Amino acid sequence: MTAGSTSRRGFLKRGMAGALFLGGVAAAGDSAQPVALVPGEKSRVVIGRDSKLRAAGAGIDSARLLNLLDRAMQALYGLGSPLEAWKKVVRPGEVVGLKASCLAGRGISTSVALVEAICERLQQVGIKEIVIWDRLNSDLESARFQIRERGQGVRCFGNDVLGYEDDLAVYGSVGSRLSRTLTQICDAVINLPVLKDHSITGVTIALKSMFGAIHNPNKYHLSVGDPYVADTYMLPPIRQKVRLTICDATTALYEGGPSYMPQWTWAYNGLIVGLDPVAVDYTGWQIIEKKRAGVGMKSLKEAGRAPHYIATAADVQHRLGTNDPSRIDLVEV
Amino acid sequence: MSSKHDSMDGAVASRRPEAARQRVRNRPHDCIDAAPSNSVASCLGGNSFDRRAFLKAAALPCLAACAVAAVSDRRLVAATAPGASPAAEDDAQFITEAKFYEKLPYKKIKCKLCPRECVIDDRERGYCGVRENRGGIYYTLVHSRVVSAHIDPIEKKPLFHFLPGAPAFSIATAGCNVNCKMCQNWEISQVRPEQVRSSYVPPARLAALANQNQCPVIAYTYSEPVIFYEYMVDCAEAGHAAGVKSVVITGGYIHQEPLQQLCRRVDAIKVDLKGFSEKFYKEVVNGELKPVLNALVAMRKLGMWTEIVYLVVPTLNDTDEELKGVARWVRAELGLDVPVHFTRFHPEYLLKNLPPTPLETLDRAKAIADAEGLHYVYVGNIPGHPGENTHCPKCHRIVVERVGYTIAAVRIRKGKCQYCQQPIAGVWAV
Repeated sequence: MTAGSTSRRGFLKRGMAGALFLGGVAAAGDSAQPVALVPGEKSRVVIGRDSKLRAAGAGIDSARLLNLLDRAMQALYGLGSPLEAWKKVVRPGEVVGLKASCLAGRGISTSVALVEAICERLQQVGIKEIVIWDRLNSDLESARFQIRERGQGVRCFGNDVLGYEDDLAVYGSVGSRLSRTLTQICDAVINLPVLKDHSITGVTIALKSMFGAIHNPNKYHLSVGDPYVADTYMLPPIRQKVRLTICDATTALYEGGPSYMPQWTWAYNGLIVGLDPVAVDYTGWQIIEKKRAGVGMKSLKEAGRAPHYIATAADVQHRLGTNDPSRIDLVEV
Repeated sequence: MSSKHDSMDGAVASRRPEAARQRVRNRPHDCIDAAPSNSVASCLGGNSFDRRAFLKAAALPCLAACAVAAVSDRRLVAATAPGASPAAEDDAQFITEAKFYEKLPYKKIKCKLCPRECVIDDRERGYCGVRENRGGIYYTLVHSRVVSAHIDPIEKKPLFHFLPGAPAFSIATAGCNVNCKMCQNWEISQVRPEQVRSSYVPPARLAALANQNQCPVIAYTYSEPVIFYEYMVDCAEAGHAAGVKSVVITGGYIHQEPLQQLCRRVDAIKVDLKGFSEKFYKEVVNGELKPVLNALVAMRKLGMWTEIVYLVVPTLNDTDEELKGVARWVRAELGLDVPVHFTRFHPEYLLKNLPPTPLETLDRAKAIADAEGLHYVYVGNIPGHPGENTHCPKCHRIVVERVGYTIAAVRIRKGKCQYCQQPIAGVWAV
């Protein structure tokens, strides 16, 4: 976490120092269960946007971002309180992992402000241990996260700290070692991808973010990532532990990804939130395509990199969610 | 690293010298070119670690212990002193600019080392996992970064017609440019360099170690030496300067230009021809057949001593059609004198559901290749099998008798059969 003087940051600093402060609201006994996708029902995806998200000087206004997050979570669950919404996601006492996406470093990575906002809400619903994680310490540091490997409260470190399981996890075309942070530390994971295109796989949003949980993602970019991205998400610890996706679309990228290409970013000023990673990916893909069309660029299909893995993730073998727009309940707040 | 399989279930021919048969029965027998389990430090000597490497190596058991403690009580203990970043300062010694790449706009690069031709964004790595784009400059991350080192008999590579009986100082780095589902060395080939313990062994040091251990040969093997190309070439040059030869054990998935430069520096190449269909290469190897065949043709044209291993995987590449295809192609494109080894598959990595190759299948493969007229056809990974012996192509008597990786007798004089004076293809003396 970056040091700061705002009340929320001070709150988190107290939490990091080992205090058991829970924000004044002890978590109720409402048991949180991962929401199962029921065949025939729609997958709700919430797009939250705030045109004034950036304060003067282009930095993100933390208070507005928290408000945006709250509105999105309330809309996702149809509840009037953000804390009640978060209680649907996690249970008190769980260790919650926040899977950040920091490969591209500063500029197009999961924002610290978003993570801070999520941590605040999680602690308010009784979560005492939070682990912010990604592939490498260096990736997290490049995105301005501060590494903190030990202690209680909020920690932050890469897979290179604990390493990977010795045994392979296998599904379909994928055989990989899984991050021990995922398998042995986290009870639940909240996936925090960013909204960006990918020069090989088309897009890299919720599904592909989980390449950061395996030891050999470099082997799975063939065939535009299909079926590797979907198969990776099928590995049981991933499929079972990821409870929620909050795509950081405060800054988005429509060309040149996954690296940071400032000339092809735009301030979308939004969050894309959903329980269904396929629906989130489909929605994010459409946003990118719309932006590309708006600036006169070829579609990803025309560019030879349509993200077919999204459809694969939705097929009968995978059933990770839906890419059918008629089955996506798109809510904008 | 787990130890590899015994192959003690092979039949022992009645004509084997009894002593050699006894040695085979009593000694664990690794599969052809499996990386040994006691890998890194086994033959690198007490001086192979510099201080940083020593501290890193010492930290690794601590990390493992700490990880166990961390898991049990969900507390995390830093592997090193707070604030230290040992990986960064250690890794720098392994990083050098790569060869064979092309710069593209927006700091992207295109690797030109192998036919995969990865286009790599800034901060990303290629398929092999050991070459990285940093700000538009392409780097190898594994120069002098040895993860496995062992002294093997050269027959284990297998190279049967190159300095028989010679001990080969065998090394590997992490990484590979394919992903064979039957890989027996996946624990080093399918990982990134930072995920596996390594030692800093610069080329001059490697050459000195080979000499100190009476090894006339350095073998670049276990994983895929194409991906540690720069290191391999530098070691070959250092080796030659010290009177040590170099042999390469490779899948042959390499572009022509780097191959031609490599052939000017090494002394023999053994190629793993994984199958004989593009379908097999795509589905099982995640590679391509044609570039490998092109590489083999180029090696022969350049006069490189070449041997081929065809790992026979039950139900996947063992049809008569494929086996005939291999034999006919070798006869037509490479010549009758290129040794071909049909070796036994053992369940491993992502193909644990398949059985080991039946002996009958290997015998069938050998029979097919013999019928096509190839002079030197072998059966591998079955110690004691008569298919391990070298026969004179003219008088058919045994000129090199082997039991497993042990040479029982050599009946070649000045490169010729001692019985009928027929030249026996190969490199028989330094």
